[in-house]
Amino acid sequence: VNIPSLTISQIKADLAAKIYSAVELAQAALDFAASENPKTNAYLHFSADRALAAARAVDDKLARGEDPGLLGGVPIAVKDVIVTKGVRTTCASKLLENYIPPYDATAVVRLENEGAVIIGKANCDEFAMGSSNENSAFGPVRNPVALDRVPGGSSGGSAAVVAQGTAVVSLGSDTGGSIRQPASFCGVVGVTPTYGRVSRYGLVAFASSLDHIGPFSRTVEDSATVLKAMAGRDECDATSAAAAVPDYNAALNGEVKGLRIGLPKEYFEGLESESGALISRAIEQLKRLGCTIVEISLPTTEQAIACYYIICTAEASSNLARYDGVRYTSRSPQSGTLADMYRNTRGDGFGRECKRRIMLGTYVLSHGYYDAYYLKAQKVRALIAQDFARAFAEVDAIVAPVSPFPAFKLGEKMADPLQMYLSDIYTITGDLAGIPCMSVPCGNTREGLPVGLQILTKHFDESTMFRLAHAYEQSRIA
Amino acid sequence: MKITEKEVRYVADLANLRLTEDEIQAMAHDMDEILVYMEKLGQVNTDGVEPMAQVLYAADETSTLRDDVEHPERRFTSAIATANAPQAGQGYFKVPKVIERA
Repeated sequence: VNIPSLTISQIKADLAAKIYSAVELAQAALDFAASENPKTNAYLHFSADRALAAARAVDDKLARGEDPGLLGGVPIAVKDVIVTKGVRTTCASKLLENYIPPYDATAVVRLENEGAVIIGKANCDEFAMGSSNENSAFGPVRNPVALDRVPGGSSGGSAAVVAQGTAVVSLGSDTGGSIRQPASFCGVVGVTPTYGRVSRYGLVAFASSLDHIGPFSRTVEDSATVLKAMAGRDECDATSAAAAVPDYNAALNGEVKGLRIGLPKEYFEGLESESGALISRAIEQLKRLGCTIVEISLPTTEQAIACYYIICTAEASSNLARYDGVRYTSRSPQSGTLADMYRNTRGDGFGRECKRRIMLGTYVLSHGYYDAYYLKAQKVRALIAQDFARAFAEVDAIVAPVSPFPAFKLGEKMADPLQMYLSDIYTITGDLAGIPCMSVPCGNTREGLPVGLQILTKHFDESTMFRLAHAYEQSRIA
Repeated sequence: MKITEKEVRYVADLANLRLTEDEIQAMAHDMDEILVYMEKLGQVNTDGVEPMAQVLYAADETSTLRDDVEHPERRFTSAIATANAPQAGQGYFKVPKVIERA
């Protein structure tokens, strides 16, 4: 079996034609992933027992003539910030090195109910904090397209396994661009659904008002299928939305003629020229497909980074308070008093970026600074959301770059945290507004580095986003 | 200067986070640079703007409520809840002594 060339629909057809069994496919995927992983460090650990048990269940269903589900037999990887019962979940942190969750995330349960085969847990930045996957306590991930470069972050492992072909699809999480940016850097499709579209139950919290679970895949169709399988109301997450889940695959009909597409002028400042040229070419292609392109303005873009890094660090400092040596696996040996235990456990356990964000978050929430930073940022967030609402009164979708530049070299940006934060400029606004957004590949630079095109639509309109992405993808293949 | 090393120590204390002397120095430098950048927020007029704490969209008022029924499959025993604790016993989390004998 050639795992890197597989798609969900191909697997469905192959299983039906008995070209291979689900167990054979799972074993082949596990073997291939284990042999390829030393190149990229994209998997932190494998879950062979669970994968083979899930695959056997798919084979049993097929033998009985039953439907094996939307993802029957499909080998997937799950970012290691999403809990898997009985399978180690580390958040790429030393603090959780030995954490075995007692429950499954809702997204995981739903994908397995549809026949998915989880072969392993994907590396990422510690607690999903980072834009390069260099903040993992278990070593960085290398970009499979160019091994001396980062895969992006924080879901770098989830993007890399799909690009490398060691999984067919994967799950990541996005708080400020952590799905779209690595998808763009690795040349795969990555989707951040509407906030609340997918349950966050079992997603280890970083910034709860911004955290999303979403899929990576090699085709738009496969991401649509994965989202359909896991979206929808979950009573374990009070912020999950009750809105009905449409058939996203039915939206992939190529009908994009007449769609009005907005180009936010603020998103083309500071864009590296080769990436800019590829984005322009993509926009020309959308015109040829019959879309109408209009320039729009999202005026609060310039303040978005400041807004985002106040809100996300404030929420992170609160969410990470629970790792104090009491409940979660690690406790410092220097724990004479309770206060020593808290301080030393956290001091030993958290990496540099987590410490930085805990400190910033604690500072902006502290007495005397709350109004100037946190409250002000929440108001600016409201203005950013209003910018989008105004834009979507005029256009059906917004198209923009994902990142100001393609994948950079390992170590290149680690010395300057602010520069790293600034690279998130085009992706954080979608999270702040809570709208669906995705990255779809739009070509490679002369050096062969992938560039992604970002598509954003209004709340719960993933269908239009997928329809446009799919039509564009198909027109590039043709 | 937005933040001094002394303030960094104070914030680390609030966050229950032990930092080494080197970390305090580097943290003061990084936080200062970032907090100066955050001044950008002052460029925006937010008079009369309601703060946005959460993504909101149209939905029924009760759409986030679940039926008040037990879910035995989701029930945690204390054995399950303490299984990942660094130190546990008799169904409890154990921590260093909090109250000293006088």
